[in-house]
Amino acid sequence: MDVKTNRRSLLLGAGAAAAAGTGLLSAPSIIGRAQAADPLKVGFIYVGPVGDFGWSYQHDQGRKEIEAALGAAVKTSFVEKVPEGPDAERVVRQLATSGHGLIFTTSFGFMNPTERVAKAFPNVKFEHATGYKTLPNMAIYNARFYEGRAIAGTIAALTSKTGVAGYIGSVPIPEVVMGINAFTLAAQKINPNFKTKVIWVNSWFDPGKEADAAKSLIDQGADILTQHTDSPAPMQVAQERGVYAFGQASDMKSFGPKAQLTSIMDDWGPYYIARTKAVLNKTWKTGSVWHGLKEGMVQMAAYGPGVSPAAKEAADKVKASIIAGTLHPFAGPIKDQKGVQKVAAGAKISDADLEKMDWYVQGVQA
Amino acid sequence: MNDIMLVSLIVTIITAATPLLLASLGELVTERAGVLNLGVEGMMLVGAVAAFAVQFTTGSAILGCLAGAAAGTALAFLFGVLTLTLTSNQVATGLALTIFGIGLSALAGSGFVGNPVAKLPQLNIPGLSDLPVIGKLVFHHDALVYFSIAATFAIAWFLKSTRAGLILRAVGESDDSAHSIGYNVIRIRYFAVMFGGAMCGLGGAYLSLAYTPMWVEEMTAGRGWISLALVVFAAWRPFRLLAGAYLFGGIAILQLWLQARGLLFVPSQVLAMLPYLATIIVLVVISSGPARSRLGAPASLGKPFRASS
Repeated sequence: MDVKTNRRSLLLGAGAAAAAGTGLLSAPSIIGRAQAADPLKVGFIYVGPVGDFGWSYQHDQGRKEIEAALGAAVKTSFVEKVPEGPDAERVVRQLATSGHGLIFTTSFGFMNPTERVAKAFPNVKFEHATGYKTLPNMAIYNARFYEGRAIAGTIAALTSKTGVAGYIGSVPIPEVVMGINAFTLAAQKINPNFKTKVIWVNSWFDPGKEADAAKSLIDQGADILTQHTDSPAPMQVAQERGVYAFGQASDMKSFGPKAQLTSIMDDWGPYYIARTKAVLNKTWKTGSVWHGLKEGMVQMAAYGPGVSPAAKEAADKVKASIIAGTLHPFAGPIKDQKGVQKVAAGAKISDADLEKMDWYVQGVQA
Repeated sequence: MNDIMLVSLIVTIITAATPLLLASLGELVTERAGVLNLGVEGMMLVGAVAAFAVQFTTGSAILGCLAGAAAGTALAFLFGVLTLTLTSNQVATGLALTIFGIGLSALAGSGFVGNPVAKLPQLNIPGLSDLPVIGKLVFHHDALVYFSIAATFAIAWFLKSTRAGLILRAVGESDDSAHSIGYNVIRIRYFAVMFGGAMCGLGGAYLSLAYTPMWVEEMTAGRGWISLALVVFAAWRPFRLLAGAYLFGGIAILQLWLQARGLLFVPSQVLAMLPYLATIIVLVVISSGPARSRLGAPASLGKPFRASS
């Protein structure tokens, strides 16, 4: 059965294995009070629609993996399209009061609402993605997307003819800025004159605007596109205009069979399963997790036809070195836009500094 | 900036303006008949998903566009039943229609996420379309772009110079007077509302077939609201609407361009909010009585009509 919820109604995933197998959502029903010895109820809130084919879609894949792996021991539900603002707190609270034992809030802007609700419900476990506040019952997790960006930058420099890449940014938060910088730094290791032009669309999800930004970047000389927004629209523009692009969050090959070089994908499933198991075993502890290529939270899609053997080899090498820990994408020397040295040779940027990164490296035009 | 870049910039502006123009033309006719339908966003979404679904299954762009228009019309008909026949509040019903449209389109479209379709074909006249600058600028768009401009002229002519247009405006200005001289106010408003729905559906179809040929939930991303604002901004006149749609589209694209060139000296967020800001100012101005009539707001706009005899 293929049924979708309306805005902000709760959806209860029953028939989990079937749903995960067919890729369809399971039937909605109203969530009642949990009874004793009921399965653990795991709730998710998403900032976008599950059908965005990007960020929220990948989180929802993770939710389905929990159901597939743990079966009858859990019941999952989700609320999609929750705006980052006061309304989020109401939704988190609603999940907490309706018997959920573990709640994943999957966008940066849900941090403060999650924190407030977590304080009010000490027995409920909370997991917040991409934030920085923890509590005894609120853990945080994030993926080192910048590692994937470094691979993309390597491929970009070896594929681009103009030496200019276009970067479609959502909103200028450290998460996005560090992606831009990691991409540019990796590209400059191959082509020191490589430039990254950035357009901010001030939205996580607006296919039309993302496409317009992509067109503007191509018109101004970019022959490689990369994005930190959630729809496949830029990929589609790249395909149409005959340039290359990197996918975001999901494998976007179907929108750019020729254009997609690779895609930086999020794989939340294993973490979600591990954390859910921890709650079931009563071993859950708060924490802060920042996993990358090594742990598999960040994955790269198969290389597209536009990646040359040389680029493939270089990209594989970067990937292997990052996994082995011999290469850090933010290892010095690094200069900022004005040419001032920010990181000395031999040093690297600490995680704490990355999390508040608000400056661009040399070669970024924004 | 060379010629090629300028042409490309203008072409991008045209694609950004077309969905706004299509939807707001429909709303303009609806409002000139005295009905305020705030469900534009919902009708656009339903049109977008219907157009996508039909083109994806049949492969026909024409059928896709027709399906988009039909879906918008169907939703508008529902609005008509509620507000015209059952005289419910137009503002509340319109808002509900948007929410309903968002949910309905997400439900209908859930099986289509992640599939691209062929883009709406672009006009290609051998010789003309290959001309250096003019060819790309004038003779190389898809059918809906030409349709939207032709529709502007047609609607302007209809409202100004035809008997039916005059009657429609009379219904919008003074429903009681129109009724008293024997016009069927409700029936005329049904036509206007359904025409509005068809145009909004086409605007949605433009999004899912031409602008970004794909279906993703809520892909209108607020364009329905901008279209509503445009009607007010244009003071209910078709040619001002045409200019307004291209102006709004132009601002949106130009700010992206300036960003990529590193020439944007105000934060991009400021430019992103300009269309909304312009609309708020217009709304404030027209909400005062004298200005409202001076700007030409239909006098019976939003008032339910109940036949007195």
